[in-house]
Amino acid sequence: MSRNPGRPLSPHLTIWKWGPHMAVSILHRATGVGLAIVAGLAFVWWLVAAASGPDAYAAFYKVATSWFGYLVAIGLTWSFFQHLFSGLRHFVLDIGAGYELKVNKTGSIATMVGSVLVTLLIWVPILLSLSKGAN
Amino acid sequence: MGNGTGIGRVRGLGSAKHGAMHWWRQRVTAAGNLLLATWFVVSLFRLPNLGHDVVVQWIGSPIVAVPLILLTVSVFYHMRLGLQVVLEDYVHEDAGKVFSLLLLNLYTIAGAALAIFSILKIAFGGVPA
Repeated sequence: MSRNPGRPLSPHLTIWKWGPHMAVSILHRATGVGLAIVAGLAFVWWLVAAASGPDAYAAFYKVATSWFGYLVAIGLTWSFFQHLFSGLRHFVLDIGAGYELKVNKTGSIATMVGSVLVTLLIWVPILLSLSKGAN
Repeated sequence: MGNGTGIGRVRGLGSAKHGAMHWWRQRVTAAGNLLLATWFVVSLFRLPNLGHDVVVQWIGSPIVAVPLILLTVSVFYHMRLGLQVVLEDYVHEDAGKVFSLLLLNLYTIAGAALAIFSILKIAFGGVPA
């Protein structure tokens, strides 16, 4: 079947292919759910521990600064910026801009590149200083 | 279902005018989150460390406690709206939908209440630094 590849492809049952806009859409949901549960609980735990006193805070601090705590924090950092950049993209789409194929695709990719870059910019120096401190 | 007046034909077919307000509040809280979460993350990095004394002293200041409470309200309202849409999209069976939305409401309200009470307790000097 001949098809003009310059034309947009609507997702329809069997006739669709994966694109950056779809990846960003589902990532927005996944990171939103992840932030709501994991970051939500961590935020509440942090505040309740701080309000309960030094012992409760020490228990939180121990988990937060364990390798598992850092792993979760790195995941939350990426989720936060992916959701933030994707949310900014939603603001652009809400005013009716950015629907042209090329602009839409570029914007979608930009949110993913941006979230990974910012996560690296934040965590590489922290992990480097931690590994120096441990030696 | 009546077939007389316009309102009679649509009554009972679904909610009216709630969708737009849900959509708008999602955007309002998104803008709130953008400002307040940026402030929160930058502030955490500016603290000398995240030990108990430092954190309690930091939250004790009114210009920290108030934005922190506003952040809690904005974020937990935003997550309640967002997760509601996700649940409505994926949970189709009535009992499961009602139950999961109930859990969502309890989670967000309890989480926000715990966070706000903790902030206030620290801010009103209830925690010795």
